[in-house]
Amino acid sequence: MTEAPLVRLDAISKSFAGVQALSGVSFSIEAGQGVCLAGENGSGKSTLIKILAGVEKPDDGRVVIDGESFSALDPRISVARGIQVIYQDFALFPNLTVAENIAFSAELTSGHRLVNRRRIRTLAQKVLERIAVDIPLDTRIEALAVADKQLVAIARALALDARLVIMDEPTTALTEREVQSLLAIIRRLKAAGVAVLFVSHKLAEIFEVCEKIVVIRNGEVVSDKPAGEFDLDSLAYHMTGRHFEMTVARPFDPQAAPVLEVRDLGRDGTLDGIGFELRPGEVLGIAGLLGSGRTQLAKALFGLLPVDRGEIRLDGKEISLAGPLDAIAAGIGYVPEDRLTEGLFLSQSIARNIAVGRLDAFSGPLGWLDRTGLGAEARDWLKRLSVAAPNAGVRVKSLSGGNQQRVVLARWLAGSPRILILNGPTVGVDIGSKADIHAIIADLAERRLGVIVISDDLPELIGCCHRILVMKEGRIVEEIAGGAVDAGELAARLAS
Amino acid sequence: MKIDWTRNETLVFLVIVAFCLVATAVDPAFLSLPTLFDLLRNSIVTGIFAIGVLLVLISGGIDVSFTAIAAFSMYTTTLGLINPVFVAGFRLPPLIVTLGTLSAFRGFLLTFVGSQLISNVPAGMRDFSRLTMLRGTTGEGYFYSLPWAFLALVLVVIGTWFLLNRTLLGRKIFAIGGSSESAHRIGIGVRGVQVFVYAYVGALSGLAGIIRASLARVANPFDLVGLELSVIAAVVLGGARLTGGYGTITGTLLGVALIVLVSNSLILLGIPSTWQSVVFGTLILLGTGLPAYQAKRAALRAG
Repeated sequence: MTEAPLVRLDAISKSFAGVQALSGVSFSIEAGQGVCLAGENGSGKSTLIKILAGVEKPDDGRVVIDGESFSALDPRISVARGIQVIYQDFALFPNLTVAENIAFSAELTSGHRLVNRRRIRTLAQKVLERIAVDIPLDTRIEALAVADKQLVAIARALALDARLVIMDEPTTALTEREVQSLLAIIRRLKAAGVAVLFVSHKLAEIFEVCEKIVVIRNGEVVSDKPAGEFDLDSLAYHMTGRHFEMTVARPFDPQAAPVLEVRDLGRDGTLDGIGFELRPGEVLGIAGLLGSGRTQLAKALFGLLPVDRGEIRLDGKEISLAGPLDAIAAGIGYVPEDRLTEGLFLSQSIARNIAVGRLDAFSGPLGWLDRTGLGAEARDWLKRLSVAAPNAGVRVKSLSGGNQQRVVLARWLAGSPRILILNGPTVGVDIGSKADIHAIIADLAERRLGVIVISDDLPELIGCCHRILVMKEGRIVEEIAGGAVDAGELAARLAS
Repeated sequence: MKIDWTRNETLVFLVIVAFCLVATAVDPAFLSLPTLFDLLRNSIVTGIFAIGVLLVLISGGIDVSFTAIAAFSMYTTTLGLINPVFVAGFRLPPLIVTLGTLSAFRGFLLTFVGSQLISNVPAGMRDFSRLTMLRGTTGEGYFYSLPWAFLALVLVVIGTWFLLNRTLLGRKIFAIGGSSESAHRIGIGVRGVQVFVYAYVGALSGLAGIIRASLARVANPFDLVGLELSVIAAVVLGGARLTGGYGTITGTLLGVALIVLVSNSLILLGIPSTWQSVVFGTLILLGTGLPAYQAKRAALRAG
């Protein structure tokens, strides 16, 4: 007979405004165990995490911690019981320093009424050393890069003697090296008896640190088994209930006149001698490490970054891009990397988000908007891109990541562009939506659009693209045919 | 120390210096102890209000009802607990709530007190106002003094500075202003802190009202009307953000100094008092616009 689990969820149910987010979810987490919570976006993972954190209260069911049963938790109870959550949005205080952010939870539970800067700094320094990270303690969070914010969020969770650390996609903003050090931290935590509930879309990471995988789909547990009994395919199947085939790039006419020609494009310090051609129906991949200039290139092609020299030709005609409006008018669309902050108006409806790029097309006499036309077009796009939403009036922020990405796509497609630039199209997107987005990319190309895909996901580039341009220090250093390399080899060429 | 041009404090300080230089050039008598004492005396009420407003702004809220609460306190006790009930208890937007209480309290006063002035303020208050901390006589025999009430401002400043920077409660106020959702998630009792903040402002407003009545030796329901925007302007000039999470005591005091300076000394410069609000408005636009412009330039340089 083993001892009682650290945390046991017993038939947890929760609904929001009539939508059942969780129904009868039960599973347990042992001390020192690595448990993966897997599921597509919208499957109920985030709600489950919020219930464990005490931020949301379940409608039904119980949470049992150390044998003590709770019908609902409260953030203070959860923290006192050693449950720490690293949220996807970090939940940090932008106006406070790194040291204060890290030490805040610890200060709250310590019972101190007065703050002592030295005590806070010492604690923060100790935690950062524990995870082998060096971030200046007195910097305000708002001044940090996303990856550093993520590390601070991780450090804050470790500042208290946590017994269960919940990580909601902790690696999305980290580079490969940082991911490896995070995984090492997780192993050390587990060795010290701390349980880890790990939420990630990156299956390779899951298999590295988790002994058990709990899969939820549509708010129900569909599988709860040791990690060894899954492989990538069966996990994907359990999460989505479907089988997938990798999308491959479909053939295009290599003799067609190029839709885009770029010659000797340059900007001091960021881009140098960029030249390539893109044909209708072609999917061109751009690979490169962070800082290689790949995002700058995308922004330059969309008029967001002024260039010093070089020319851009669209359908053989030279164009000048003073700003995004010029690019849109010329038929170039750009779907940015950070879909949440750069691409969407989160508190506005789907219909408005789709139409915002080309309101001119819907304005009648006196500048009034044709609301009926707008709604009809939005509904049409929801259907074509199979966005899971009850109607086009729903606010974008209530959609899952994959569906938000589709709304961004719909906005650009609604303008009938000639070229679409996708920057990190599947970042933070679950496996089912990812396959859908790959299929959409192939469809777009088939409609004779020129597509440029920038991505960190090397198998994605290899699978989706006809050609891959490798960028380094603002230059294109190599061109590789899509099917000609495997992910390992491409990674080696990027790093060399 | 390196001068940080993106900080409001630096700019406000420079404007104050410039203003004083111009004022002295126009009237050499400006640079004297009587003027200083006069300004300090005039900044007591505005200063106490401003410290309260600073706290609310840092917590991410706003309060426009404090002058009405102060006017009320000239007649009766503090009403400061009504705001927190609506803001924290019912989660209503603080601007709406305090606009409501501002109007209600002021209307209530006018209904029941009318425009009647109470000139027989209690003897205790009268005596208090006569107690002077520092006094002196100029060469021409002009008598000047600084009342003990100034000490109230000093105590409020020190107390609030300690609260904001040295207590966990103060840091919670900053945290909530930075992100109330994050604060809730790490287990800060957001509502409790909000109740404290609005009650604190209420208490400070009451204090300011009593001091005002005893200094003026009269209670007047029309008193302080319109001061709320000047006070908020002073705090914002000092670097606090209406979106919450930012603000310092030093900046607020500089902001108050500037506002008091402008409202008391424009006449000295021969500028009609009707220009006062124009100057306030310009100062607010410049004071908030310049740092934003500097920050933008710094961001551009950083790439």
